[in-house]
Amino acid sequence: MDAGIDLPLIWAGIIGFGLMMYVIMDGFDLGIGILFPFIPDRAERDTMVNTVAPVWDGNETWLVLGGAALLAAFPLAYSVILSAAYLPIIAMLMGLICRGVAFEFRFKADDAHKPTWDRAFTWGSYVATFSQGVILGSFINGFAVTNGAFSGGALDWLTPFSIFSGFGLIVAYALLGATWLILKTEGSLQARMRQLARPVAAALLATILLVSIWTPLSHPEIASRWFSFPNIVFFSPVPILVLVATLAIFWAVGRDTHALPFVLALLLVFLGYTGLAISLWPNIIPPSISIWDAASPPQSLGFTLVGALFIIPFILIYTAWAYHVFRGKVKTGEGYH
Amino acid sequence: MITSASALSALELARIQFGFTVSFHIIFPAITIGLASYLAVLEGLWLWKRDTVYRDLYHFWSKVFAINFGMGVVSGLVMAYEFGTNWSYFTTFAGSVTGPLLTYEVLTAFFLEAGFLGVMLFGWNKVGPGLHFFATLMVALGTLISATWILASNSWMQTPQGFEIVNGRVIPVDWLKVVFNPSFPYRLAHMVLASFLATGLFVGASAAWHLLRGRSSPAIRTMLSMAMWLIAVLAPLQILVGDQHGLNTLKYQPAKIAAVEGHWQNTPGESVPLILFGWPDMAAETTRFALEIPYLGSLVLTHSLDGQIPGLKEFPPEDRPNSTVVFWTFRIMVGLGMLMLALGAWSLWLRWKKDLFSSELFLRAALVMGPTGLIALLAGWLTTEIGRQPWIVYGIMRTKDAVSNHSALALSITLTAFIVLYFAVFGTGVAYMLKVVAKGPDEGGSGGQPDPDTDPHLRPARPLSAVETKIDAPAFPNLRGD
Ligand code: HDD
Ligand code: HEM
Ligand code: HEM
Repeated sequence: MDAGIDLPLIWAGIIGFGLMMYVIMDGFDLGIGILFPFIPDRAERDTMVNTVAPVWDGNETWLVLGGAALLAAFPLAYSVILSAAYLPIIAMLMGLICRGVAFEFRFKADDAHKPTWDRAFTWGSYVATFSQGVILGSFINGFAVTNGAFSGGALDWLTPFSIFSGFGLIVAYALLGATWLILKTEGSLQARMRQLARPVAAALLATILLVSIWTPLSHPEIASRWFSFPNIVFFSPVPILVLVATLAIFWAVGRDTHALPFVLALLLVFLGYTGLAISLWPNIIPPSISIWDAASPPQSLGFTLVGALFIIPFILIYTAWAYHVFRGKVKTGEGYH
Repeated sequence: MITSASALSALELARIQFGFTVSFHIIFPAITIGLASYLAVLEGLWLWKRDTVYRDLYHFWSKVFAINFGMGVVSGLVMAYEFGTNWSYFTTFAGSVTGPLLTYEVLTAFFLEAGFLGVMLFGWNKVGPGLHFFATLMVALGTLISATWILASNSWMQTPQGFEIVNGRVIPVDWLKVVFNPSFPYRLAHMVLASFLATGLFVGASAAWHLLRGRSSPAIRTMLSMAMWLIAVLAPLQILVGDQHGLNTLKYQPAKIAAVEGHWQNTPGESVPLILFGWPDMAAETTRFALEIPYLGSLVLTHSLDGQIPGLKEFPPEDRPNSTVVFWTFRIMVGLGMLMLALGAWSLWLRWKKDLFSSELFLRAALVMGPTGLIALLAGWLTTEIGRQPWIVYGIMRTKDAVSNHSALALSITLTAFIVLYFAVFGTGVAYMLKVVAKGPDEGGSGGQPDPDTDPHLRPARPLSAVETKIDAPAFPNLRGD
């Protein structure tokens, strides 16, 4: 940390940002798979998939980048988290493979085979999302580390809390997916999404409430982070905004709004993410290993930063452009192959 | 750490799992690297000679490229996580070196996808020919840069330098030395040539397949001709590079060479024979049924008649790689390399006799040789990686100290799932790719590029949407028809 530059902090920022990009963007496209069972109609399913077709693989690349950057900047965190959550990580990767390939192949399948690929797409989405939620839950719970390595058992990640957060993430992605479809579609599909959005938003609020009670109860250090003075003053906008955003979603889906529900859902996810960051900061391996303890030597952080600073802006511009050319509604029956 | 019996099998399972997934992965990058350069050459020839054959071939192979690239990305996703899931101690120890190199690979691939792949696959009618050619060149260059980073990482694990160990962690002190480690130039050259050869053999075999079915169009003849030129030139070059690579390995990893040669001990003053075939027996410390050629071992490895190389017995048993395996994987690679040389020479002879496109025997040989490039490439990697054992970072960290503490049960479950999933998913993908190849450049394949203007959902489009062929229709109509 010479020259006064806090490299681990910069890298934590980059990785945190990348992860959030991933959660938001892959969140709504995983959400589409999660909503598939509710929309049996073939043509409407095609429309749903068409709304993310041009962008989904870019979304997933954030995950690859996040993994590689975590390895480069915080090898200890990478090795502990990935080996502690081994089974859900592998399940997540398999879910993503299934759904990624099914996504492409369902466009090229004939009618007899389309349902098979649709099933692979749905199941892949559920498995990937649930696994991500489980990983998140076990991350919040913390990992047993001795001598710089994970020292727990193969099923340490399997707790009621992590299972709960697995289901919680399914709800969150479903909300992102539904509001995204309100934005991108029209007619009966959009109406159906407006109907679905309310119960899903209610379920998400309930999930967030439960997590907010459960986490401080089982982690005293997180409780004292939130509920001590003056922190409680600074942090209180987070839960208040969560409540406001959820109510606003309820209101907005009943009106003739298109973009607003999605924007609010993004806000909700962002708030959840912020809440998590407040609870865990500055640990990268909860409960007690900080970003500075887990960081690579400055030689590695600096070397990698050069490339990242050069290429990440380029990626952001490209991403923005990709969404820009693809703006507007997708109509049912509009061709895509 | 866990104790003997279960630890052994957990370690082996972790190794098999890594080997299985990376072997599947490398097949796609190898073809990606080769096809990207082939496409750049085709487009260059089209711009230069204005012969539509080159343009049609470009459109045709860019579709195969798109499918293959898609599968490379999906299989690479797993690789990016496996260092942490399977080799967590290694990652904690040396992630400061391999992490940055892997990040650069991903950034390069990302950059390439974001910047130029879209223009290359969908921009034919949208941007000027110069800009399009530039995009193709950048994609080709990008695949080579990507290979450079990942091979630097692997080579560093083989011949580490440019670092210090402080508090049980690797600290890179000189990145130039880390990247340009002793085995890196040889491995890069050997691997890039292997990718080109594998692609050339694939392209050549598909041309032969069409010719054997009586479809002798100019495009297909050009395909065969270009592929055979490539093999005729690169096969001998690869053998030369491989020889130099071997000398480099002898210098830095003598135990690997001893295992590859099945060479157990020297007799003072005598030359080392070359064991053509045999069965190295690790327990009995000898190579059974050895068929030897006197002097040749010394000649090949020391380039002198009586030079000696270290024998396996000079290394303690726990430092010896498994000779039975690498002896044979190496011979498969070299044997196939010799067959490639023969195929190249045969093609030159037939070309001279003006019989290249009509000799049925030759076309059959070219067809059969189709997959051998990939087989040799995998055999080469198996030699390199298994010959590195028992080290994960050569001479510095042992593989058994690198493996995560997973139970054999957990690893067996995930390995089984990987095997089932990979064969289903990539099996479908490869079948689809072969189906597109079977259509040929004259039918279906060459009709330009899908145009994002007439199909708004192609903006900005993903690689696989560049291909229109249906996936489930019978894959090889011709296999049944004629
Ligand atoms: C010699 C070349 C080579 C080798 C030995 C490897 N790869 Fe690879 N890899 C490539 C050459 C490549 C490539 C040609 O650059 C790919 C294919 C498609 C692409 O985007 O890049 C690729 C893709 C690719 C991706 C996807 C990047 C993306 O999202 O676009 C990842 C994460 C990896 N690889 C990781 C690995 C790891 C961890 C390896 C070692 C164990 C490995 N690759 C071996
Ligand atoms: C791409 C082609 C490659 C293939 C086919 C391949 C194959 C294999 C195989 C079969 C093993 C298991 C060896 C054994 O346990 O006996 C292995 C191990 C390994 N390889 Fe590779 N490898 C490839 C490339 C790479 C690259 C590019 C890297 C690094 C960047 C790498 C890093 C490793 C590691 C970390 C292990 C596990 C530890 C070990 O067994 O040494 N490999 N590989
Ligand atoms: C016929 C002469 C050949 C010789 C003498 C030769 C030599 C070698 C040697 C000594 C190695 C091990 C290097 C090490 O582990 O340090 C190796 C690895 C390898 N070989 Fe070959 N080879 C030959 C042909 C081929 C062919 C025809 C291909 C593929 C088309 C191929 C592909 C590979 C690959 C992919 C590797 C692993 C990567 C590397 O370490 O470079 N080789 N080769």
